[in-house]
Amino acid sequence: MSFINYAAREINVKIVFYGPGLGGKTTNLQYIYERSNPQQKGKLISLATETDRTLFFDFLPLDLGAVRGFKTRFHLYTVPGQVFYDASRKLILKGVDGVVFVADSQEARMDANVESLRNLEENLRENGFDLKGIPYALQFNKRDLPTAVPVDTMYRTLNFKGEPTFEAIATQGMGVFETLKAVAKQVLYELRRR
Amino acid sequence: MNSNLVMYQEEFERISQLLNRLRLDANAKIVFLVDKNGQQIASAGEVQLVDTTSLASLTAGNVAATDGLAKLIGEKEFSILFHEGRKDNIHISIVGQRLILVVIFDERSSLGLVRLRVRKASTGIEGVLKEMESKAQEVGVAEASSPFAEITDEDIDALFSE
Repeated sequence: MSFINYAAREINVKIVFYGPGLGGKTTNLQYIYERSNPQQKGKLISLATETDRTLFFDFLPLDLGAVRGFKTRFHLYTVPGQVFYDASRKLILKGVDGVVFVADSQEARMDANVESLRNLEENLRENGFDLKGIPYALQFNKRDLPTAVPVDTMYRTLNFKGEPTFEAIATQGMGVFETLKAVAKQVLYELRRR
Repeated sequence: MNSNLVMYQEEFERISQLLNRLRLDANAKIVFLVDKNGQQIASAGEVQLVDTTSLASLTAGNVAATDGLAKLIGEKEFSILFHEGRKDNIHISIVGQRLILVVIFDERSSLGLVRLRVRKASTGIEGVLKEMESKAQEVGVAEASSPFAEITDEDIDALFSE
């Protein structure tokens, strides 16, 4: 549910980074934060535990520039990936415009990826959205790890509607902006369609 | 209630007026209005002193978490949240089910006064909100989102050119 403010001539869009725990959602946001111009970005807020695990969400406001005289402000959120924080994940999906799924490429995390994807589908449905219809991009993170599963295997397991899919190493920034752009574009196309 | 909210200059000015009056009546430092998704709508007072974008998203997160708590114990919602600090206090209330009204005040005001004035201001804001919603339905979604109806692929690509 984007919010169009004609008075301030700006449009606000909400993108949520979803995925299993320790998959690199926060790292994606941190990289975007580090690499954006100071005038483009607001504060990166992390509600995390003492051990730096996301407790509620991370939040980063990002100005992408103007479209037809309207400022486009993207509000990027991550969810806590750990299974038992499901109630919080549901809340963060409220009013979402686009989703990035950050999958962990390590073989040992394949089940967690599948479970988290199912959880995303279910939580979206509870919020009145359909994963099949919503702007969506898929990211295979941690491609640099020796235990990374081959890309085509991951693609067969996790890609379900031919959504844009990117290989990434979020700690080094590889694939991070590509993924964000892919979902942001879809959101803007969706706004045009509506 | 899942429709887009579209705000035009006229409604923006009316809401800003209501917030300004509330700030004066309640003797508050800052008054601002966000939607439940954390997007800032309007504000009044010494807003330059705080990071309003962060304030908006954290407020929404706070309200969302509290809503979750309410449902857990069988309440529909907790319509008011109050945070008391050493100097400054925050009063948060839900307006018209989809907006959040935040009032920040210090010892120059009191919780009782703020609650009283918030109640009055909420009625006014709810009125404007209802008009916005009925206007959105009349105008229809197509026209309401007109700046984007003609957006081209080039426009979108240009955003990501650097």
